[in-house]
Amino acid sequence: MDTLNDLPVGKKGIIKAINGGHGFIQKMDAMGLREGIEITKMSKQWMKGPVTIRFGSNEVAVGYGMAGKIMVEPI
Amino acid sequence: MKILLIGNPNVGKSVVFNRLTGVDVISSNYPGTSIDYSKGYLNIEGERVELIDVPGTYSLEPTCKAEEIAVQMLKDGDIVIQVIDSTNLERNLNLTLQLIRQKKPMIIALNCFDETKHIGITIDVKKLEQIIDVPCVPTCALSGEGIKELIERINETRISDFNFENKQRWNEIGKIINQVQTIKHKHHTFSETLRDASVKPVTGIPILLFVLLAVFTAIRFIGESLINYVFEPFFNNFWSPIMLKLSAFLSDYEVLHDLLIGKFVNETIDYGQSFGLLTTGLFVPLGAVLPYVFAFYIVLAFLEDSGYLPRVAVMVDTIMHKTGLHGLAIIPMLLGFGCNVPGALAIRILETRKEKFIAATLMSIAVPCMALQAMLFGLLGPYGIKGLGIVFGTLLAVWFILGLILRRIIKGTSPEIFIEIPPYRIPYLKGILKKTWMRLKWFIKEAVPFVLLGVLIANLLYTFGIIQFIGKITAPVFNHFLGLPEEAAGALIMGFLRKDLAVGMLIPLNMTLKQLIVASVVLSMYFPCVATFTVLLKELGVIDLLKSTVIMVLSALIIGGLLNMILSVTFK
Repeated sequence: MDTLNDLPVGKKGIIKAINGGHGFIQKMDAMGLREGIEITKMSKQWMKGPVTIRFGSNEVAVGYGMAGKIMVEPI
Repeated sequence: MKILLIGNPNVGKSVVFNRLTGVDVISSNYPGTSIDYSKGYLNIEGERVELIDVPGTYSLEPTCKAEEIAVQMLKDGDIVIQVIDSTNLERNLNLTLQLIRQKKPMIIALNCFDETKHIGITIDVKKLEQIIDVPCVPTCALSGEGIKELIERINETRISDFNFENKQRWNEIGKIINQVQTIKHKHHTFSETLRDASVKPVTGIPILLFVLLAVFTAIRFIGESLINYVFEPFFNNFWSPIMLKLSAFLSDYEVLHDLLIGKFVNETIDYGQSFGLLTTGLFVPLGAVLPYVFAFYIVLAFLEDSGYLPRVAVMVDTIMHKTGLHGLAIIPMLLGFGCNVPGALAIRILETRKEKFIAATLMSIAVPCMALQAMLFGLLGPYGIKGLGIVFGTLLAVWFILGLILRRIIKGTSPEIFIEIPPYRIPYLKGILKKTWMRLKWFIKEAVPFVLLGVLIANLLYTFGIIQFIGKITAPVFNHFLGLPEEAAGALIMGFLRKDLAVGMLIPLNMTLKQLIVASVVLSMYFPCVATFTVLLKELGVIDLLKSTVIMVLSALIIGGLLNMILSVTFK
């Protein structure tokens, strides 16, 4: 499956899984990032910089490493 | 009775707090402005009630220090006011449901309610109140709308009877949203286009460069105008005649004259060099530095409230990672350009010891505060861009190279960036002015006494020959290694107290451009001022601060020595 890093900029996807420890999943959940929600990838930075995504009226920046743990299915 | 003000970061909690209590707290359009909590009082029907502004938290299952504090504080509250960002109801309700499970009397302030209309969101407040079973009051804290009603309805707070399965929380929220919120999709607005463009590298980097240029130009324009049209005329036309009269009056009391007015230069008062309490002591903080500090803070407040800074954090994240920091560390650095003290305080928004240590050290060494910059411009400006270019270029290079080194030698982890990016907001003029005024008040309170103390100490040290003595014993370092006259030791001693005064003490030494550059760089790097040092002591602890100080002094000496060598060759 694709990670958030593989999703092209401007494309939408559905979060299928968040791979990580309990703390990581909780941190994402608190911000509203969880399995099943639809996100749009807004941008990525050069040289493995952070990825910004939008979901609902939220916009969030996640580091490249974290984005690699978020599995998405493109739609 | 204790009332807690709780909410997600960046929902306007601090502004609500200001409104309710009249106590001023700084707020900005980025998460984590209030990591410390603030306390105030308000009157409810004649009863004095304590109100606590709890640090912003996304959840009651804490994932960081600020959230842990918030959860801890929740335990001793009697009533909870949750502040919600109405434009982002879904995520905010996540905290609401968790709060409901705490079984405390609650009321909700639906903040930024006016903004929902602009972006096409309609919220059925009555329905929401019915479902979650606590009072909900639409507010707009910036304009003060709804605050009165919020206070009036505090006695209606109640423990909610809303029941749900905690595991199904997001589903429950989904159901509530479906019932109370309708979104009318509007066309892509300009703000949204800007939102997209400013985080994509291809468009974002040019925008960032343009903003930096605009910021720099605005600060210079505001600062210079204030000096040319307000402060210089005041000191020259109004203050000087008074001082000259006082000087004539004191002519028989040499010691007092020297202390208050100082020494005459070219038979008149020279505000930079006379070094009297009422001349240099007042002119440096108020006449030379204050205009630029004001200019800086007003521009910064505009940037902060617009919501642009988190985007800057995203854009610079990759570079910051090379130094063991992440993008958010740009905020303490930026604040440090105004004054290192708020910069040092903002280091709290970083999580790990490693990040805090690196950020504190890099800021102290390579981020010159506005006071120092204003004086450096005065000192090196007459020589054109060359001197200033070398000084600022060196500091930038040191910042980066030292960062590369520290990242490798400091133990610990550097977490990745994970931040909410707020929507752009048009800054609210009153808010900006208030924030700038608070920071200026703070600057005057901090800076003026230190400068006066500095002038006093400098006078005493010279009178008793102590500076001359230190100059003699440190002469080998100054003369041979740094290529500076030994009198420069006096300026460096003063630099512990205030950098701006120290630069003033370099002026009468008649140094060459090379010496001025070396002295400026060493002075910028070797130590932050005492005020910053005190704050860092609290943030880093004794041991880490000592380590950091050793790094500061060593790198100042090494870079000073290197510059002296290189410039000796190239300046001939």
